[in-house]
Amino acid sequence: MYFDSLHAALAMEGHGPFVWGAYAITALVLLTLLVSPVLRARRLRRELAGDIRRREAAAGEGGYASRT
Amino acid sequence: MWSFFHKLGSPPWLYRITGSILRWLLPLTLIALAVGAVWGLLFTAPDFRQGNSYRIIYIHVPSAVVALAGYYVMAFAGAISLIWKMKMADVAMKSCAPVGAALTFIALVTGAIWGKPTWGTWWVWDARITSMLILLFLYLGVIALYEAFDNKEAAGKACAVLTLVGTVNIPIIYKSVDWWYSLHQPASIKFTGESSIDPSMLYPLLLMIGSFYALFTCALLMNMRLEILRRESRTGWVRKLVGA
Repeated sequence: MYFDSLHAALAMEGHGPFVWGAYAITALVLLTLLVSPVLRARRLRRELAGDIRRREAAAGEGGYASRT
Repeated sequence: MWSFFHKLGSPPWLYRITGSILRWLLPLTLIALAVGAVWGLLFTAPDFRQGNSYRIIYIHVPSAVVALAGYYVMAFAGAISLIWKMKMADVAMKSCAPVGAALTFIALVTGAIWGKPTWGTWWVWDARITSMLILLFLYLGVIALYEAFDNKEAAGKACAVLTLVGTVNIPIIYKSVDWWYSLHQPASIKFTGESSIDPSMLYPLLLMIGSFYALFTCALLMNMRLEILRRESRTGWVRKLVGA
């Protein structure tokens, strides 16, 4: 490691807030970029599954009604 | 060869193959990003002129490079969807925009943060920075334009045209540091001739550029899979997929 201590690595001779801040913002944006499609896909799949179940239920009732 | 193109146009095939690519590419990308970031932050010597603030290079340059490359991908997909009306090319074009916008945003923000301790200012209206800001607006413009249309076919066409027109901006960004006097330093890595960067700094930078390319690919594929599911929601294979 280039720095002697954790403290020196955080301070970076005065540039610490800039460097760590830039990396923190980048990490946050990249994380959002990767997590958001996963969450949206999960929600979409749940909605679609719900749709199918409702439609099947409706079709089942309809079929029963038509037979009687 | 042609059967490959036919497969590329098939949503269930594309959905399946992107899923198996992501399964190994995504963890690999995250590991490479973590290694590259720790390497650049803690294990390289500071720049002899700029000191430690230069460490921002390991996220600033990769995000800017890939933001530009991403625009090529988007324009290429837009051209294909416009010429051959390939649905999956339209999906790819639409999926590029948020990823490119995020990377351009990172390049601009990290550039501003780098500029403060190095040049003493967060922002200047110089050619490189302004043309990057235009790139961000182009990406955001594609997103907004897509949402503005109810008819998604017309939306795809309009976005493809906007994307292709915006391609004019790309060589301007590349050449801006040579054409105009600028605060922004010229490129340190050159494919022809000697790079003006020490190998100990170059290797982590190359690793980070590669990781950002991989990250772009992952995010693009994930967005494409979501869009495919949405568009194909009434088909048999999607019903089977979500029902299972």
